[in-house]
Amino acid sequence: MKASLLTRRRAPGRLDWTDIVSYAYLALGVVMMFGPVLWLALSSFKTPAALIEFPPSFLPAAQRVVTVEGYAQPLELYRVRQPDGSVKEMAQIRRVGLQAQMVDPAAPAAAPVRVPIEAREPLREIAFAWSNYTEPLKAFSFGRFFANSLFVTVVATLITLLINSMAAYALSIYEFRGKTAALTMVIGTLMIPITIILAPVYLVVSAIGLNNSLWAVILPGAATPTGVFLLRQYMLTLPRDLIEAARMDHASEWRIYARIVMPLAAPALAVLAIFSIMWRWNEFLWPLAVLTRSEVYTLQIGLNAFQGELQTQWHYLLAMTVMTLLPVALVFVFLQRFITTGIANTGMK
Amino acid sequence: MSSTQAPTQAAPKPAREGLGGRVVAAALGLFDAPMAWLQRALGLGAMPYAFLAPNVLFFGVFVFLPIAINLVYAVTGGVNIYPSQRPFVGADHFRALGDCASFLDPATCREDHFWRGVRNTLVFTFFQMIAMVGSALVTALVLNRRIVARGFFRAVFFFPVLLSPVVVALIWKWILQRDGLLNAALVAAGGEKILFLVEPTWAMAWAIFVSVWAHMGFYTLILLAGLQAIPADIYEAAEMDGTPPTRVFWRLTLPLLWPNLVVVLVLVLIRGVQTFDEVFVLTGGGPGTATLMVVQYIYETAFANPVQNFGLAGAASILLGALLFALTMLQLALARGKSKEARA
Amino acid sequence: MASLTLREVTKAYGATQILKGIDLEVADGEFVVFVGPSGCGKSTLLRAIAGLERVTSGRIAIDGRDVTQERASERGLAMVFQSYALYPHMSVYRNIAFALENLRMPREEIDARVRRAAKMLRLEPYLDRKPGALSGGQRQRVAIGRAVVRDPKIFLFDEPLSNLDAELRVATRKELAALHAEIGGTIIYVTHDQVEAMTLADRIVVLQAGKVEQIGAPLDLYNRPANRFVAGFIGSPKMNFLAAGSAPLAALAAPAGARTFGVRPEHAMIARDGEAADARLSVDIVERLGGESYAYGALQDGAPFCVRAGDALAARRGDSIGVRFDRARLHWFGEDDLALGA
Ligand SMILES: Nc1ncnc2c1ncn2[C@@H]1O[C@H](COP(=O)(O)OP(=O)(O)O)[C@@H](O)[C@H]1O
Ligand SMILES: [Mg+2]
Repeated sequence: MKASLLTRRRAPGRLDWTDIVSYAYLALGVVMMFGPVLWLALSSFKTPAALIEFPPSFLPAAQRVVTVEGYAQPLELYRVRQPDGSVKEMAQIRRVGLQAQMVDPAAPAAAPVRVPIEAREPLREIAFAWSNYTEPLKAFSFGRFFANSLFVTVVATLITLLINSMAAYALSIYEFRGKTAALTMVIGTLMIPITIILAPVYLVVSAIGLNNSLWAVILPGAATPTGVFLLRQYMLTLPRDLIEAARMDHASEWRIYARIVMPLAAPALAVLAIFSIMWRWNEFLWPLAVLTRSEVYTLQIGLNAFQGELQTQWHYLLAMTVMTLLPVALVFVFLQRFITTGIANTGMK
Repeated sequence: MSSTQAPTQAAPKPAREGLGGRVVAAALGLFDAPMAWLQRALGLGAMPYAFLAPNVLFFGVFVFLPIAINLVYAVTGGVNIYPSQRPFVGADHFRALGDCASFLDPATCREDHFWRGVRNTLVFTFFQMIAMVGSALVTALVLNRRIVARGFFRAVFFFPVLLSPVVVALIWKWILQRDGLLNAALVAAGGEKILFLVEPTWAMAWAIFVSVWAHMGFYTLILLAGLQAIPADIYEAAEMDGTPPTRVFWRLTLPLLWPNLVVVLVLVLIRGVQTFDEVFVLTGGGPGTATLMVVQYIYETAFANPVQNFGLAGAASILLGALLFALTMLQLALARGKSKEARA
Repeated sequence: MASLTLREVTKAYGATQILKGIDLEVADGEFVVFVGPSGCGKSTLLRAIAGLERVTSGRIAIDGRDVTQERASERGLAMVFQSYALYPHMSVYRNIAFALENLRMPREEIDARVRRAAKMLRLEPYLDRKPGALSGGQRQRVAIGRAVVRDPKIFLFDEPLSNLDAELRVATRKELAALHAEIGGTIIYVTHDQVEAMTLADRIVVLQAGKVEQIGAPLDLYNRPANRFVAGFIGSPKMNFLAAGSAPLAALAAPAGARTFGVRPEHAMIARDGEAADARLSVDIVERLGGESYAYGALQDGAPFCVRAGDALAARRGDSIGVRFDRARLHWFGEDDLALGA
């Protein structure tokens, strides 16, 4: 009988077809998951000319050029098939219809020769168009968007951690009138996405006068039922004796929260912090609705605006996409295990 | 409740007193005096309310108040954003949304975009659910086998989950464009270029694919956690019992994974119904309205259209909210039924 | 029912050698117990026999047929796991029937077998319950029932009693012995508890660090331990060991090459007043169990020692008492810790 893909354990020590199928699947997974991102990264280093090439080249490449004595501009290098069948590197002076005027860079004094364009083939070299990255930083407000996103992410995460941990503390340590109601509310609103209250939240935000300010992005999502829920579940596991011992030591309730419960809840706080950072850095719909002036755009909104405006300027768009993705990729490399176990344990992202 | 939701960090271990810890302690210490004063003034009994207050304030202002306003919007008309200055119109908006000659054909509806959104969202959610749960399950099963470098492969499948919807959409837009990588591959294989994001059926298919690509790793993780929670000795007992592999899957793995699978199914459903970001950036809802989703309809009706129709958007979002509520209840009911069965 | 043969079985995880060449013959119908300290490789050996682990080298034969390359499912054995490994989502009935269904046995036959096993194990009232709603002892019986119905060639038990409380453990131990008497199958039973081993086994295999230290009937191991490890492991409280030639042994004639002397607490006696003592024990602790007492302390040269006394031991902490050794029950071990010929 054959083991199947469906069972957990394969026969000890035997490598059978199910293993081969498994590894093939995983290899395909690597290509499918990393491939597109790799392609984006490679493409982001291509010149606009290379980007519109079809079929696209795999690596970023540019036409090689040489400076030839007697010509002001650098000339493009080609490999030219000579009438006698030999091949020679020549520089192109100009192209006229189906003919190109070319000169041998080794003998610049010789008279230019006419070459039919199908007899020549461009000489290319690997070249990274760093300008794709440097120019948007200068010409567009990319740096500003980045700073806005950073501000939103950091401040929102701090507020989220503070007020949610306070609420979680109240709901896990105390017995008080209205606790059940508060808990029900937390659970009940777990599934209310901002999607369905978009317009009225907009009204509230405008009424407070936060329109087109980063606070409009930060504040509405600061109290998350998910966060309260997560922290409370964790705080419930803390030994009750600790809190009672602290009360015996005349600690105020705030000090119990700040000095005893918060340090002990650090693992759960870290998980919530990671989630919050992910949510905020990637948030799209709400900022899209509430931010209409480009000075306050976050990265995601800025990027989306670019892809509308700069339909043809893929070289900038790709580079900026890479820059938006990069912090996330770095965080992932260092905190991968932490993030995945956090998600596996809480079932949320 | 399913096992995925229980915090597994069992024994509390004190945080290292790093720099971060000391900064946090110092910052929280600023409140020591005022909060101690508060406690003296109001008594211990008031403290839980004090701790709850900031959250309740935020919640009240940014969740409960808006829910109430939304109800008002839905029954008032005009273009004014202030509820008090909007004329009462009763169920007009709901009637407008429901005004269809035939519900099977959005073109016959007054709010045809709404119904196209509903239809697209249903199609999207249905196929996405099948593809998402199927691929996440297969991936989790493969990752649960004894493979080398499991951590690496798990990370590979999980990686896109962290990418923002805009980035995800742009990555794929770049690949799917007319002169993109995929068409290059097609041409190299002797095929013709296909305008993936211009032909309605292709655009929808790719919207589903991209969404699965971006989120599959998350569900894989939940299912993998479920698979790993199944004790290994159960499989060994089954092996001793001479159980054929397919029977192990259908009779042991699947039933024992079922609570996690239900969680995943309903989560996919709930998220599918709310789909907006990736698809909006990828296709803009197009070509035409081929990938226009309900949420995009709500967003555009309230914000992007020349006339901001908060009433109509409010009515539509109440319908969406009711659906989401029903789905959440379904999930809770299933979870409860499951735990009851486990106890029996 | 079947016999089992192991030849030079080894098992390594990477560079770590867990089983270092095990040879064993188990006769048809025999109750063999593997005993040894935790981590010595008992479970690994049992799982290798079951086919759940692949051996690194060596051969395993059942009824003379080489099964080394066969899968667990092909060997026709049944195993009772330490954790019981009951299918949590199936009723007791389905748990017991599961293996029979795998064999595509006719319904009536399955039903008859399940009910017979349930009757034997007193599980009839619980057939419709799920494992979660059973007590530890009941779960244990379900696990045994699951093995029994299959009529396996050999039963394998991995510390089946270790999850039960002390009282239930004794009761279940007796039931197991009765069960073996009734169905008479070949049983291989793993435990780290030497009392379980002594009471259940036809033959005991003492393992340590992946090697067989001694194989023999319980009383053989007790009376004639092959080496110092077995001598110390079998018997409770442990055998006392003294260095050969130390002061308390002055009156004894050590055989040539002896390095260690051993005597069990129950084979040492408290010398009555006026009786010549072999050694003097200064008492630290006295344990009075009712029917018997044990005095723990140190001999005159400081070596720790324990002696058994009757129910009326009057000694207290700090007392010094004379100890005599039963000349017929002395053990001597050589340089290599092997027992020196009686
Ligand atoms: N899968 C494994 N990989 C590496 N070492 C293992 C593995 N399984 C068991 N061991 C080691 O083998 C030794 C014997 O284990 P085991 O047979 O379970 O002992 P016990 O006699 O207590 O049943 C232990 O030291 C254990 O750490
Ligand atoms: Mg063991």
